[in-house]
Amino acid sequence: MLDWLQQIGDRVLSIVAGLGRSAQLLFAALMGLGYVLKNFRLLVKQVYVTGVLSIAIIGVSGLFIGMVLGLQGYSILVDFGAEDALGQMVALTLLRELSPVVAALLFAGRAGSALTAEIGLMKATEQLASMEMIGVDPVKRVIAPRLYAGIIALPLLCILFSLIGVWGGMLVGVEWLGVFDGSYWGNMQASVSFTHDVMNGVIKSIAFAFVVTWIAVFQGYDLEPTSEGISRATTKTVVHGSLAVLGLDFVLTALMFGDF
Amino acid sequence: MTDADNLVEIKSMTFFREKRAIFSDLSLRIPKGKITAIMGPSGTGKTTLLRLIGGQLKPDQGDVAVDGLSVPRLSRKQLFELRQRMGMLFQSGALFSELNVFENVAFPLRVHTKLPEDMIRDLVLIKLESVGLRGARDLMPSELSGGMGRRVALARAIALDPELMMYDEPFVGQDPITLGVLVKLIRQLNDALNMTTVLVSHDIDECLSIADHVCVLSGGKVLVQGTPEQILQSDEAEVKQFIQGLPDGPVPFRYPANDFAEDILFAGKDGVAG
Repeated sequence: MLDWLQQIGDRVLSIVAGLGRSAQLLFAALMGLGYVLKNFRLLVKQVYVTGVLSIAIIGVSGLFIGMVLGLQGYSILVDFGAEDALGQMVALTLLRELSPVVAALLFAGRAGSALTAEIGLMKATEQLASMEMIGVDPVKRVIAPRLYAGIIALPLLCILFSLIGVWGGMLVGVEWLGVFDGSYWGNMQASVSFTHDVMNGVIKSIAFAFVVTWIAVFQGYDLEPTSEGISRATTKTVVHGSLAVLGLDFVLTALMFGDF
Repeated sequence: MTDADNLVEIKSMTFFREKRAIFSDLSLRIPKGKITAIMGPSGTGKTTLLRLIGGQLKPDQGDVAVDGLSVPRLSRKQLFELRQRMGMLFQSGALFSELNVFENVAFPLRVHTKLPEDMIRDLVLIKLESVGLRGARDLMPSELSGGMGRRVALARAIALDPELMMYDEPFVGQDPITLGVLVKLIRQLNDALNMTTVLVSHDIDECLSIADHVCVLSGGKVLVQGTPEQILQSDEAEVKQFIQGLPDGPVPFRYPANDFAEDILFAGKDGVAG
């Protein structure tokens, strides 16, 4: 019984210590903004690696999710003779929920895990230590550009996801199932509010970008520098990142859209 | 020997890792301009010692001074400044995998100097020439053999002409030819660039052949120190065991265990042996 209590205590202590270390790393990396701006090429490269290289998966997923929404939305709305509202439904679902969340989940799997593995490998092969010995702070040089790049890249990917998704919904709804394209676009324009829907979605995705990238760089920086350590940390990035996104999404949705 | 003759001075330093004392009350001097070899069996904290000198770890008690500066008491900025005067060759080479050979060697120059590009190019080529790899400048680290990688890392470590050069197990896993090259390079660089060298290793022959000063560590303390000749003639049983590579002696061959016969005979009878 006492052993059991001790184990719980041990576990809680290590979680709290981990949170403390991750907050420290976050603070130090955010303070590296000056360094990142001075070495702008580092940031550009990381935006390319985390953002541009994720375009394919984001684009394809956006297209399919938009098409599925078009199909499912049509089959429900047509029963009420309301298929003209398809554009509105597809756009609002994507902008408010699916784009930020699905893009963030895909980002955690594609870019987040890659970040963790890359930083972890740099740690395991002593690259971070040797950078320190050369007199360069790896938090500023390695962590900060990756953190800022993630925060820049994901919101843009989320917007791209919405655009392609809306187009995918149109492909199915208008081109295939015969919804009048004037009402698809017209209803969408009339019902989507820029501040309430578009901006809230973007704000969500900025919050997700922050959390997912933070988790990814921390897991990479903090891992045990062995091959098992790297594989464990990559898994943790995806699991913790996805859970954080889903949990945070509920909170943000309640705050943004909860006032009926 | 006066203080001014020593570049690094470790004064009654104690260092714990978790609850195990890696060093207890260790005092050590590294004379300026010489090659000091720090030897000892695996697990005596030789690499840890280099990290303490480089300020990547902080001692729990005592002091580590480099050129009169107390490393644990320096601010982060001062520490990074001091590190520009140190070079370290890591066991794995630790080349930056996303940069090619040229850019790896140019890295310290680019971040710490404002030299024009053509001068950086000349300096990098000089450093690469001194390790014999000027022709490999366009290769990526993944395309290099282990020995070549270590030589490139060496060129990078001396890019800023450090006063103190630290080598972490430079001879491990090298073929005889590379080994000979490295031994020669370490000696040449030390003499030509007027550096102070600390060499951590357990390769006895190589160490004794190039070192001016040897320290043998064991159990967190200096077992014996002196010139290579003095070490070879040491009467201390543990030093003898280490130098001659005897499997058993003061450093036991066996991990502590209960009685062997008892372990075999009673295994399985009472569930837990012994």
